[in-house]
Parts: sequence; structure tokens; C-alpha cells
Amino acid sequence: MRFWTRLQFRNIPAFVGMALILLVSPAHAVDPSEILSDPALESRARHLSKGLRCLVCRNQSIDDSDAQLAKDLRVLVRERLVAGDTDEEIIDYVRSRYGDYVLLKPPLNLKTALLWFGGPILLIGGGIVAWRQIASRPATPVPTPSLTDAERARLRDLGIDPDANRET
Amino acid sequence: MIAELGHFALILAFAVALAQSIIPLWGAHKGYAEPMRFAETSAMMSFLLIGFSFAALTYGFVNSDFSLRVVYANSHSDKPYLFKIAGVWGNHEGSMLLWVLILALYGAMVAAFGRNIPPTLRARTLSVQAMIAVAFLAFILFTSNPFERMDPVPVDGNGLNPLLQDWALAAHPPFLYLGYVGLSMPFSFAVAALIEGRVDAAWARWVRPWTLLAWSALTVGIALGSYWAYYELGWGGWWFWDPVENASFMPWLVAAALLHSAVVVEKRSTLKSWTILLAIIAFSLSLLGTFIVRSGLLTSVHAFASDPARGVFILAILVVATGGALALYAWRAPQMEPEGVFAPVSRESGLILNNLLLSVAAAVVFLGTLGPLFIEASTGEQMSFGAEFFDLAFSPLMIVLLIAMPVGAALPWKRGDLPRVMKKLWAAAALSFLVGSIFAMWRSGGPLFAPLGIALAFWAIFGVFVDLAERVKLGRVPVGETMRRLANLPRSAWGQTLAHMGMGITAFGIVGISAWESEDIRAAKIGETIPLAGYEIRFDGVERSKGPNYIIDGGMFTVFRDGEEIANLVSEKRFYTVQQTQTTEAGIRASLIEDIYIVLGDRQDNGGWAVRSYVKPFANWIWLGAFIMTFGGLLSLTDRRHRVGAPNRAKPTKPTMVPAE
Repeated sequence: MRFWTRLQFRNIPAFVGMALILLVSPAHAVDPSEILSDPALESRARHLSKGLRCLVCRNQSIDDSDAQLAKDLRVLVRERLVAGDTDEEIIDYVRSRYGDYVLLKPPLNLKTALLWFGGPILLIGGGIVAWRQIASRPATPVPTPSLTDAERARLRDLGIDPDANRET
Repeated sequence: MIAELGHFALILAFAVALAQSIIPLWGAHKGYAEPMRFAETSAMMSFLLIGFSFAALTYGFVNSDFSLRVVYANSHSDKPYLFKIAGVWGNHEGSMLLWVLILALYGAMVAAFGRNIPPTLRARTLSVQAMIAVAFLAFILFTSNPFERMDPVPVDGNGLNPLLQDWALAAHPPFLYLGYVGLSMPFSFAVAALIEGRVDAAWARWVRPWTLLAWSALTVGIALGSYWAYYELGWGGWWFWDPVENASFMPWLVAAALLHSAVVVEKRSTLKSWTILLAIIAFSLSLLGTFIVRSGLLTSVHAFASDPARGVFILAILVVATGGALALYAWRAPQMEPEGVFAPVSRESGLILNNLLLSVAAAVVFLGTLGPLFIEASTGEQMSFGAEFFDLAFSPLMIVLLIAMPVGAALPWKRGDLPRVMKKLWAAAALSFLVGSIFAMWRSGGPLFAPLGIALAFWAIFGVFVDLAERVKLGRVPVGETMRRLANLPRSAWGQTLAHMGMGITAFGIVGISAWESEDIRAAKIGETIPLAGYEIRFDGVERSKGPNYIIDGGMFTVFRDGEEIANLVSEKRFYTVQQTQTTEAGIRASLIEDIYIVLGDRQDNGGWAVRSYVKPFANWIWLGAFIMTFGGLLSLTDRRHRVGAPNRAKPTKPTMVPAE
């Protein structure tokens, strides 16, 4: 259960280390020296970089990150681009080396389906429930226990008309 | 000595909270007045004790008392005064102390301003509130004592993380916590109502002001955090779908839903059990947020105080609080019968749609943030979702919400007529379409969705004006009558108007910055001119100077438009000597049309400097909208009807004596 090991002490140095890497460096990301001279290729490189995770940062794309590993990956992506690879080939190449984790947008599969479709499922399910509630409203009001005289008097003291809610 | 007194006050507060969590509850059960009244005294006492404790810690920070471990670890004698104070909550222990201080503040406010709440409900609410205080005080006392001493006393401290030495981030946690912790009020009211077994319009009227206050504060907190990220992190991103951001965004979404459903309970006596559930969920998500930030379970750009061991404690609080409240809910909620009657097309239905969209949006954020964790726990496979997931899964919900907002607001209670409402709104639709087209011509070259997005944002804004015109019967009655109606409009109506307008304005900013941003990254030589989006940016050089506790490399830039000089910008690279770290302060020329945003990078081998320049259209509307939303919330809070819970004004008994002179 990796979930639990994460909660325990042994990972503290790793966490602190990560936090330090993240916080110490103002994010600068793409370095001028990396930029390709061909603007079309460069724009593809930027687009690809935005979808790849900086593996030592956990929550930044390599496009945003200042870490050395991110830089290496950016350079790698650009090398493949110059070599003439398609976007898919590059993504597959990076994936084969680093696994699905490197993708900021995990692929749709059995494991992630619930996450991808959770929103629509909830929306439709919730919509049906809400609609049935609305549609099954009784046509006439259910008689409600009315306020006691004491409560009405109290509401009047507060400047509220106890019958106000019944109208409009 | 003062620190020890602070520690002692905290222990006393724990004892008081323990008593407060039992005695008033028992009193309410038995119908004894004295034990119920104890809740007020103890709530006040808790606040004073925790306040004293907080002041003691602040004293330690301000006087750089490095014998205190947290002061040593998070402060430095060189640090500017403001950040010595902000340092109190710029660390785990201190921020938890701020958490309970705000919890106690809300309790004290109920005790002070809640005289009109029925005694049993008040006593039970304060008891539930005290249970939360017990849990968190125990957490502080047993795992995160801020008053721990060090021996020998170090000469100087480690200093505060430089990224946190910033005004927006100094103010960010207090607002965020006012929001997070403020949601404990609706939670306590909901649990108290479940214990009592009674939810009515009056209950909703007592709950709404607290939710409004919490939601408004949370809006400010999130906006400050986002603005800080924009100018401090160095590439002008304003929202990252980062776990810590999501942690504050989920309660915000649910609190927004709660605000709307509480209106239905108040006006129409329906949606009761749903509202109770939302109140429970909103605070549970606050606890979850605290857990995410404090445990470091999801490390992120912001998790600066992560400690997994403490996470288990907060997880336990979360499980007990949420689990307990939900169990109570499952037991009691079915007894709450809906009363109000309404047709499928009505404001009630509109508000149900609002609630559906906002809660599903919160669920999507929840899935995207914590879902990967569950997958990892069950399969061992690591993954996490980046911005693209949220853009795909979250944005459609917000689009529908924006489309529906003006329609829902225009529908009458009970039974509405959709064609009639649309007839009122056609002007808003036509105008927003016009604005969209104007933008399409003015800002050509952006993505196709952009003009549509602009039209959508303006649909929300114009819809608000149509609604306002309807309320004052503009054009249908004499002008004088319209003016009279305008003047008599309740503040809650103005609040709604502003909040909805703020939504549209924020949406406008988001579309603008996403669609038409321009960027240039290069190694610029001194004297070089960078052309970008119609501007010429001249790099004039780099000057070194000294700040209070850092060294500055200031990149000087002159911005021209059509050959005319329009701005001088300085983009700073700050080197904090104590921490040996660097931060950036972007040079920004802010305007409502577009920001020019320049970041100075490192010196290059060829003698130039890395320079990143951006033009960010309409960026400031994002935060402007958020502050308008907040203002709307606060204005609504001052509505006469909400002051039912406020202390009675001194009755004007006698005319005031005018001193003779």
C-alpha cells in the first residue's frame, strides 16, 4: 500500500528535498539556448513540453520547471523534433522511457475511466435524481406543522412576518 | 516566560473547549438554561485564551526570540517587520494556531451576535464548534507545539522562505483560514439542527450570514494566492490546478452551492436535507484541504510545511467529523419533509441546477486531485492529472453555469415561463454576441473559441443588468418610481447583482489571458530591442542594489509603442543571503487592457541575459472579478434581514443630550 507508506516518516527527507527543489528555484523554464530556430518546430516543442511532467517536481510540466531533469527532457524532445519525429512518436518514446507517469494527461484506460467520466456520470445521475424530485412534487402543498403562537410572537419581535414565506 | 504563558493558555483553552463540547449539549438535551448559557461564556473564554496564546507567539516572532524552535526555524533578525509578523503563520505550528484562533473567533462571534438564535440551537451549535476546537487543540498540543524551546539558544534564525516574504502571501493565510474555518459554522449549525431534528426557514436565515462571510473570505484568500502566483512565480501563471489550490477551491465551490441552496430553504422551505448535506460536505472539504496541505500527501508547488506523520492525526479528525456528521445525517435527514411546491420551470429548479453544476464541479476537482491517489493505492501505478484534465472536465460545467446564470436569476419562484424569460433576456444575448464579434475583429489571430468565450462572459454580465432593470421596472414605470425602487432594493439583491457580475468579469479575464497571450524568450544583449505584440521592449542593462535582506539584480527595460516611450520597467532577481536562494520579481506594467510582463533570467555565456517577455491581455479582470464577488458577498451580509442575528441596536429612547456650548 504505497498510499500508507507515503504517510509515514521514511519519506520525509524526500518530501523536504522536493519541497526545497521546488521552492528554492524561481521557475524559469525554457532557456533561450534551448530554443529551436524553426518557429514551427519550437511551437510544437512547447506544446509537447506542456503535457510532460517534470518527474522530480511532481506537479509541474517540464515547460514550467527549472529542474535539470526537465531541461534534459526539453532538450530531448527538441532533438527528436529536429530528427523529424512526429508528436506521437515523441510522446511514445518518452513514455517508453519514463512510463505513463510522465504524462500530465493520463491515457484513458480501465483504471482511469472512472476519473475521466466521473464528472459526466455524476452530472447525468444527479440530473436524473434532481429531475425525479422536481417532477414528483405534489401538486398541492403538504400541510406543514404551523409555528406555535410563541414562535410567531418571537418572529414578530424580530421584525419578520411569520407568514412571509408562504407567499410569492 | 511569555511563551510559557502562551502555552499554558492553550492548555487552558483545551480544557475549556472540552467542557464546552459537553455541558451545553447536555443542557440543551435536558432543557436547563444555565448549562446552555455556559456555551457563551466558554466560547468567549476560548477566544481570549487562544488569542493570548497567539499574541504570545507573535511576541516571540517580533522580538526574534530564537529560543523558540519555530522562531528559529522560520525567522531571522534581518527580516522586515511585516514578515516577522507574517512569519507567525508562515510555518506549520503557527498556521495551526491561527486556524484554532479563527475557529474560536467564529465561536465568540456566535456568542456575541447570536443572541436571537433559539437557546437550544445556539448551545448545540457552540458545543459542536467546541468539539472541532478540542480536536485541533489536541493536535497542536500533542504534535505541533509552537512554544517548544531550544537549548542552547541559536544566535540567529534560518529565516522565512523568501517566496513567502511577500505582502499578498502574508495576507493570504488569514483570509484563506477565515474562509476554511468559517465553514465550520454552517457545519456546526447543520449538526446542531440534526441533533435537534428541525430545519426551517429561520435556521437557513441564521446559517446564511456565516456562509456568506466564510465564502467571501475564501474568495479573497484564493484571489490573493492566485495573484501572488501570477507576479511572483515568474511566468505569469495564475492557476495551476495544483493540489493545494484545488484544496481551497473545492470548499469554495461547495460553499457557493450552499449559499444558493440556503436561499431556497429560507424562502421556500425546501431542499432542506440537501442543504444540510452541503454544509457537512463544505466543512469536510475544508478539513480535507487542511489535511492535504499539512500532511504533504500530495506534494505540490506550495506544500512548504509537509509532514506526513501529522497528516494521520488530521485524517483521523476528518474521518470522525465527516463520518459522525454523515451518520447523524443518515439517521435524521429522512425525517425532514420537503414542503414548498414548485413547477419544473421555476427559480427553485434553476437553483437546483446551480447546485448540481457546482457540486459536480467540486467532485471533478476532487477526482482529479485525489483520484490518482486511490488508483495508486489500489494498483501501485503512479499518475496524476495536469491542467489539461481540468480544462476538459471542469470548464464545460462552468460554461453551462454561465449560460444558465442569467436565466435562473430571471425566473420567478414557484412557476416560471421560459419563453417569457428569454424574451426579457434577448437584449443581453444580442449585446453579448455583438461584444464577441467586436473582440473577434479587434483581437484577430486568437483561437476560435475566444470570441465565443467573451460573448459568454458578457452574457453573464449583461444578464445581471437585465435582471436589475426588471427589478426596478425600468421603462415600464415613471423614472421617479424606478429610482425609488432602485434605492429600496435590498442589499442582498445588490449583493447578488455584484457577485454574478464578478463571475462574468472573472470569466472574461480568463478567456482573455488564455486566448491572446504573447510570449518571447531570448538571450538579450544590453541595448537589444524585443518586438512583442505591437510593443518594443528595450533592454537597458542590469543594475545591482541592496534590499532589506536580499541583493537585487535589477533588469531595466523601456517599453515603446509606435516609437513612443510608455513605461520603464524593472524586473528584479533577488538573492536572499540568509537562505542562499533566489526569487524573481517580474517587471509588470499593469493595465486593464493588457499587462506587459518581463522576467530577467540568468546571465548567458555570450554576455547577454535570458529575458522572458509576455503580453497578457485582460489578466487583471480575473482578480477584479473575484474582488467584486467578495464585495457582493459582504454587501449581502449587511442586509437588514441578516442582522436578525446581530445585537439589537440601542433603542432610541431619549433624544441625545446636546452638550451646552
